[in-house]
Amino acid sequence: MSANSTMNAAIPFDEMYAADGSVREHYRPYAEWLAQMPHERIARKRSEADVAFHRVGITFNVYGEEGGKERLIPFDLLPRIIPGTEWTALEAGLRQRVKALNAFLADIYHGQEILRAGRLPADQVLNNAQFRPEMKGVDVPGGLYAMIAGIDLVRAAGADGKGEYYVLEDNLRVPSGVSYLLENRKMMMRLFPDLFSRYNVQPVEHYPDLLLETLRAVAPAGVLNPTAVLLTPGAFNSAYFEHSFLAQQMGVELVEGQDLFVKDDTVYMRTTQGPKRVDVIYRRIDDDFLDPEVFRADSMLGVPGLMAAYRAGRVTLANAVGTGVADDKSIYPYVPEMVRFYLGEEPILNNVPTYMLRKPEDLAYTLAHLPELVVKEVHGAGGYGMLVGPAATKAEIEDFRQLIVAAPEKYIAQPTLSLSTCPTFVDAGIAPRHIDLRPFVLSGGKEIRMVPGGLTRVAMKAGSLVVNSSQGGGTKDTWVVS
Amino acid sequence: MLSRTADHLYWMARYTERAENTVRMLDVSYRMSLLPSTNGGDTDGWSAILAISELSEAFARSGRPLTASDVIEFVVLDRDNPSSVWNCLRAARENAHAVRGTLTAEMWETTNATWLEIRDITPEKLQATDLGEFFEWVKFRSHLLRGVTFGTMLHDDAFQFVRLGTFLERADNTARLLDVKYHSLLPKADGQNSSTDFYQWGALLRSVSAFETYRHVYRDVITPYKVAELLILNHAMPRSLHACLDEINGILGDIANLHSAEAARQAGELHASLHYGRMDDIFATGLHVWLERFLARINRLGDSISDNFLVPVAA
Repeated sequence: MSANSTMNAAIPFDEMYAADGSVREHYRPYAEWLAQMPHERIARKRSEADVAFHRVGITFNVYGEEGGKERLIPFDLLPRIIPGTEWTALEAGLRQRVKALNAFLADIYHGQEILRAGRLPADQVLNNAQFRPEMKGVDVPGGLYAMIAGIDLVRAAGADGKGEYYVLEDNLRVPSGVSYLLENRKMMMRLFPDLFSRYNVQPVEHYPDLLLETLRAVAPAGVLNPTAVLLTPGAFNSAYFEHSFLAQQMGVELVEGQDLFVKDDTVYMRTTQGPKRVDVIYRRIDDDFLDPEVFRADSMLGVPGLMAAYRAGRVTLANAVGTGVADDKSIYPYVPEMVRFYLGEEPILNNVPTYMLRKPEDLAYTLAHLPELVVKEVHGAGGYGMLVGPAATKAEIEDFRQLIVAAPEKYIAQPTLSLSTCPTFVDAGIAPRHIDLRPFVLSGGKEIRMVPGGLTRVAMKAGSLVVNSSQGGGTKDTWVVS
Repeated sequence: MLSRTADHLYWMARYTERAENTVRMLDVSYRMSLLPSTNGGDTDGWSAILAISELSEAFARSGRPLTASDVIEFVVLDRDNPSSVWNCLRAARENAHAVRGTLTAEMWETTNATWLEIRDITPEKLQATDLGEFFEWVKFRSHLLRGVTFGTMLHDDAFQFVRLGTFLERADNTARLLDVKYHSLLPKADGQNSSTDFYQWGALLRSVSAFETYRHVYRDVITPYKVAELLILNHAMPRSLHACLDEINGILGDIANLHSAEAARQAGELHASLHYGRMDDIFATGLHVWLERFLARINRLGDSISDNFLVPVAA
């Protein structure tokens, strides 16, 4: 835990400005451009972007909000720029990590070597609510489970003043946000075409092609020209825009559970020309809702008989069922160990040091240091059910303490990372705001591929560390420049 | 394509067409009510509007008085009236939203922008706007969507289902309009055609953008018989029943599947009755009776299309 002191550095790492106030080299052409850009023009472009996003309907449905459930995710015009060399290192680390995570999933649903080798406590895996016994011994095409992974990275100031990337969490179930990555780029090129002549920005627009290739590569054996579909919970899901966007970009059908049925362990969709066989399902609904015959019986979103067809190898689900056990926050601390165990390599990407509150000594430390720590629910997601110690009131901390004491195994704690900042347009002008980065990593066939960069999320409130769109976070275009 | 997708496209088109035809009717009645000759509580036109859309009972239940502004508000904005223009445009947008990946960007943006604009209109705002302009706006949004659809969408099955919805709804709406207006406009027992009648018939033609067409086709005074002929049998008149059935019949031939013989048969039969029908026979049957039968058959055809291609109508 020696990293704590440096990671808690009072001044966060800024992507654009060095500690002495000078502009970092890769931001210089942008700074020059910005300096000769009239404020009114920027303001006009901001409202232009707003109108365009509304018209196109790039909206996000927020849970727990009355009435006007569709909201725009704030889009910031100031890009997050990553030097090409930095990205190359990150890319290698991401490949390595996702490869290890897939190896781990294949292992625990088959031989469970890592448990027998004692590198990871067996009860952590086998008694995990996200472990799906239904998947034991089921062979999946290519041995791949998380074909689409979203790995959340944050950056904190290192002791040498350099920014150090850390993996905050792995998203291996149904990671979302890639549509914003693509729309943000389209919007930037539309608003500021001149900027793109000053930089050699690596393209991202081919993501849908990569995704389609990935899906087709994991079709059941023997299917020559596989039909892939995207399974959505429906128009009221928070990420529905993304579902329809990706289906359209890939040219595959966007289906709901009611559009599919299973006969003789084969999945069909209902079309105007009669039933048509489906080979690969890019499903954007959780395991629990996939098949009312196996999981939640009250699910109206799934397809009865789907699991039987899946286990018979007649259809591929992407991602596989049961990936949640590998991105669970209680398993997260062991990912570096997976890299060593399965690949025989040292991890390239850092994990954030993590206290596991089911361990008495970690629990004691955490309870004594709540105001400094971030405490997260092991199964939580989307910024719900967490405590950010430095930002919380005394009462909030005491309330959370009761929750922890009642069920310590449900929580982990981490030092409050001072996430890096990036200058952002706000009402008062330009000000630093905290950001993170979610690259999308695709595994299909022999290769692991991704588009350069990822989705940069930004906390629009001053000082806030919560970047989730469900909590009012915004996004930026992300440039990997060479 | 997915049956559910086709269903959404079909209903998107039907609701848009319904909104357009509703304001076409309102526009005519509104303009008529501005004529000096109908001064002093002409309620016939307004109750006819409600009758056309089968809304008389719902309107009575709402407890509103039968005045121009109340009928307009009920038909345009009432949230509880499922066929109000507001609800039609909302439903059109919701159907479009569910399949926005199948639409071109322009189609989606057109439907969405229409909804965003009408969404926040309150009765007060409606009173304060020029009604004629508002009706014109709804019509033009519908024109725009149709044009954008024609000009940007791949002319594949999805396109055909959009067109199918448009023409099925239009056939229904034109028949209703003719039925109710014709009934209330029949020549008085004394056989004299007053100037009011001329304006009334002229207004009916204008409501389907056919006033000049009538002049062009007949080069004659306006007679009820010819108005009915133009709106029923003239295949070149884009809002006539014959023209709608030409389209429906052709589309059903293009999208036929192994189970769609019944829908094709019904459409073919209906089409033949218009293609080979004679006005004298229709009048011998009685126009009202004939139109009622037509509406029932169009309704059945709609059910068959749902059963054969789309999401079957719940019993």
